[in-house]
Amino acid sequence: MKSLQELAAIRDRMKQTVNTREAAHDTTRVVVGMATCGIAAGARPVLNAFTEEIARRELSGVLVTQTGCIGLCQYEPIVEVTTPGADKVTYVKMTPEKVSRVVAEHLIGGKPVVEYTIGAATR
Amino acid sequence: MHVLDVAENSVAAGAKLVHITLEADAARDLLALTIEDDGKGMDPQVAAQVTDPFYTTRTTRKVGLGLPLLKMAAELTGGEMHLQSQPGKGTKVCARFGLSHIDRAPLGDMASTVGGLIQCSPQIDFVYTVRTPDGEFVADTRQLREILGDVPLSEPAVAQWVREYIDENTRPILQRSNLI
Repeated sequence: MKSLQELAAIRDRMKQTVNTREAAHDTTRVVVGMATCGIAAGARPVLNAFTEEIARRELSGVLVTQTGCIGLCQYEPIVEVTTPGADKVTYVKMTPEKVSRVVAEHLIGGKPVVEYTIGAATR
Repeated sequence: MHVLDVAENSVAAGAKLVHITLEADAARDLLALTIEDDGKGMDPQVAAQVTDPFYTTRTTRKVGLGLPLLKMAAELTGGEMHLQSQPGKGTKVCARFGLSHIDRAPLGDMASTVGGLIQCSPQIDFVYTVRTPDGEFVADTRQLREILGDVPLSEPAVAQWVREYIDENTRPILQRSNLI
């Protein structure tokens, strides 16, 4: 059973990375559409998968957050990745299985997974 | 879904502290969900209209279904929904469901719902309470924040821990009451 002592351990581990990080402007944001349409399409496991994968790889400067309906309900679950100094990348029809590739190639490697993007889906 | 919808209202109302309480009691055949915030509240005219699906404050479309659907879901099970609100003080929504009623919606993944709220609204404190005759669990982000210091609740490693912490601690309580 999880206890509050474990949280203190996580804090100590995170402290170093958080301290060396600048505020919002160099943070990469992974935004998951979590309106009714997104949740119905399975956005919650996707959000959880991103959180788990980012925590597992101990990435710093990446925040996972949610937003309302992005307006393209037929493509949900939609995930937008905004990196400072780069164009926003919109991933569509996301699944928890696709998450590890996005984390590895895009968040770590800096190269978007083109075949999962909205550009590839509408072609 | 209802919890998220209604709690998001609290977030939008500028609440600093949101209490989400889930109570189940098989002996009284009751499942009660209470969401209480210290947001901007509503005046009586607005409060009287919010269960009308065609009342909404949003400007993008003309329907607002958060509270009407919660009210309907509660009433379908022989329960009811109450709303108390005071401008400047906050709002309290209480929905009571018939626990064993066949039309009672399943509880869903409350740990993910509450965990997601905490992760995605890091400026707001949440107190999530699960109470049944078999036990009680309270997760209070003010307490978590005290431990965390400068490390934000939105940090993925922290958010994941919070979700698992809630899940592991509430699961046995909910299971004993056959809620999950």
